[in-house]
Amino acid sequence: MLTIKNLHATVEGKEILKGIDLEIKAGEVHAIMGPNGSGKSTLANILAGNSNYEVTEGEIIFEGKNLLEMEPDERAKEGIFLAFQYPIEIPGVSNATFLKTAINEKRKHLGLPELTPKEFLNLMKEKSKILGMDNDLLGRSVNVGFSGGEKKRNEIFQLLMLDPKLAILDETDSGLDIDALKIVSNGVNVFHNDKNAVIVVTHYQRLLDYIVPDYVHVLYKGKIIKSGGKELALLLEERGYDWIKPEEVELESN
Amino acid sequence: MSNEEKKNLGAVEELSEDMKIIEDLTKEEYKWGFVSEIESEVAPKGLNEDIIRMISEKKGEPEWMTEWRLKAYRYWLKMEEPKWPNVKYAPVDFQDISYYAAPKKKPQYSSLDEVDPELLKTFEKLGIPLEEQKALAGVAVDAVFDSVSVATTFKETLKEKGIIFCSISEAIKEHPDLVKKYLGSVVPYTDNFYAALNSAVFSDGSFVYIPKGVRCPMELSTYFRINAQETGQFERTLIIADEGSYVSYLEGCTAPIRDNNQLHAAVVELIALDNAEIKYSTVQNWYPGDKEGKGGIYNFVTKRGACRGVNSKISWTQVETGSAITWKYPSCILQGENSIGEFYSVAVTNNFQQADTGTKMVHLGKNTRSTIVSKGISAGRSNNSYRGLVKVGKKATNARNFTQCDSLLMGDKCGAHTFPYIEVENDTARVEHEATTSKVGEDQIFYLNQRGIATEDAINMIVNGFCKEVFNELPMEFAVEAQKLLAITLEGSVG
Repeated sequence: MLTIKNLHATVEGKEILKGIDLEIKAGEVHAIMGPNGSGKSTLANILAGNSNYEVTEGEIIFEGKNLLEMEPDERAKEGIFLAFQYPIEIPGVSNATFLKTAINEKRKHLGLPELTPKEFLNLMKEKSKILGMDNDLLGRSVNVGFSGGEKKRNEIFQLLMLDPKLAILDETDSGLDIDALKIVSNGVNVFHNDKNAVIVVTHYQRLLDYIVPDYVHVLYKGKIIKSGGKELALLLEERGYDWIKPEEVELESN
Repeated sequence: MSNEEKKNLGAVEELSEDMKIIEDLTKEEYKWGFVSEIESEVAPKGLNEDIIRMISEKKGEPEWMTEWRLKAYRYWLKMEEPKWPNVKYAPVDFQDISYYAAPKKKPQYSSLDEVDPELLKTFEKLGIPLEEQKALAGVAVDAVFDSVSVATTFKETLKEKGIIFCSISEAIKEHPDLVKKYLGSVVPYTDNFYAALNSAVFSDGSFVYIPKGVRCPMELSTYFRINAQETGQFERTLIIADEGSYVSYLEGCTAPIRDNNQLHAAVVELIALDNAEIKYSTVQNWYPGDKEGKGGIYNFVTKRGACRGVNSKISWTQVETGSAITWKYPSCILQGENSIGEFYSVAVTNNFQQADTGTKMVHLGKNTRSTIVSKGISAGRSNNSYRGLVKVGKKATNARNFTQCDSLLMGDKCGAHTFPYIEVENDTARVEHEATTSKVGEDQIFYLNQRGIATEDAINMIVNGFCKEVFNELPMEFAVEAQKLLAITLEGSVG
């Protein structure tokens, strides 16, 4: 589904990603872990097409298409979804208007008819139930007056509504208490099936108790320095990142 | 389905409809810029007493009206053009303007059959059908073309309720007592430079009288169109809501694309007596000039309402998208006890447009209340200023005002300014002022992009959200039109 080859990227002239290779297939869950400043969020934002990040080398192929040639909205319509680390507020725009527009733009792109208001309402009802969200959500402005936890929940609600092929969760667990964490994880598990894939960007192993990854990658100073199965996350939890870091010397001398 | 769900369903249908309209229209230029081939009679350029007598005579006015105009003219001669607004423009040569232009056919029609078909076509093209069977249900229209009212629809229906809705020229002849009593009573000709000029040369406009206890059954609407070249447009509108009555009045404006600037100096007076309510909505879309700032309308207008009676209410809602320069302050004089004044405004400027707009709320009576919600949007190299005065007089015990003033900037070459003035002479008054300035954030656009919404649509969505509180005050069909205009005005402003 997604192939990343030798990806280099800069932010304001500073190189953050220094050669990432990653292969993700339908049905898989990949966790990307690593200390602060290692480039995790950069990778997530580049996949979504955030223009604050510049790709200087390498390629990204998504479903056989060159992702780097697509505008952010095209990528979204092709099936890439980013759950934001800091969801944005849009005052005066109701969740209903926002989501209905988003869904119908995507359906138009795929050659499908627009949802009728009734179909849309039913879909909202079904998906909001999974996340235990209030009914008044429809009329409220996007993320305005939401608590940190509510914003994260709203991201996963949008994920379920838009049903993308590739979901990228950028530190969705940060700022969530344990109950909210369970609800949000459950939402992701309801979404996930053998036709789509999930990238979980996180600091902590805790989230991976609920969203179980097939692969864990450790990102450090812009490179993936270790990959493994879900047991790698437990090892990191136990021992921290320091035990991998010495390899850095070896890497840089190569 | 529960009621809640039905309501939600309705909201979704409505919203998606609006979004579609915006989408269809975002690619359009100023589409009201055509010129109609109408034979018209234009007065020679320049202003003097003979011209004023000629206008008065053309309109068949009684002597008292001619005298009133001349008094205003003589007063105007002694006045100087005000220089205080935060706008810049080349001085207007008042002797290089023609003060009267009218379609050549006689301006009084007993039925639509007599109206020049070219004129009917013009209004049809503007989306304002004047044939009643085609007209929007529930809206009566008075169409003013250049300086003359060409048709007023649903007159008979309104007459049954005792409502008078006609051109001001007709009212001067048919209802002189009402006109004499109220004309100039809210905006006297001594008020300001442009009000004096308007009083001297006004050529037409609308007149409304709602009798005691009558709730006007439909929206009343005047559609103003400037067509002729090098003419000024000076309409005069007078609305009187007698005790316990209610009326909602809408005003729309367009003009052809011209290279030179044209002056529009209107005066609107509203009078609400005991327990009466007037709701006045404007969607102003005069030609704004081209992308280099050439041409466009100078919109210098005096609008004021007097809440004379107890418990009376006047509410102004305006969406200002057009004009090269907009300079106006729809105001309320709150004389009656417990009277209420409201001002809801969206002013959008793009390219080289300039707007200096706001309101005055003058609290004179006890327990008077006012609300001001102003939303300014600046894009391109434009400048947008809010200027507002809240004045509480000595006798206005327990007066309340709430002002909210928000500015939205698009790009880094535009400006937003706020000039609030507060004068309080009574200790019991409570006056609140809130102001914010924000930018259409790249992070907001990216967020919407990431959900599959293209940049142009994302901007429309953000801007419409910003204006929501004001759009909610507009009658439905006007709210949709306002959204369309906003989309067109801001087209291509972020890129």
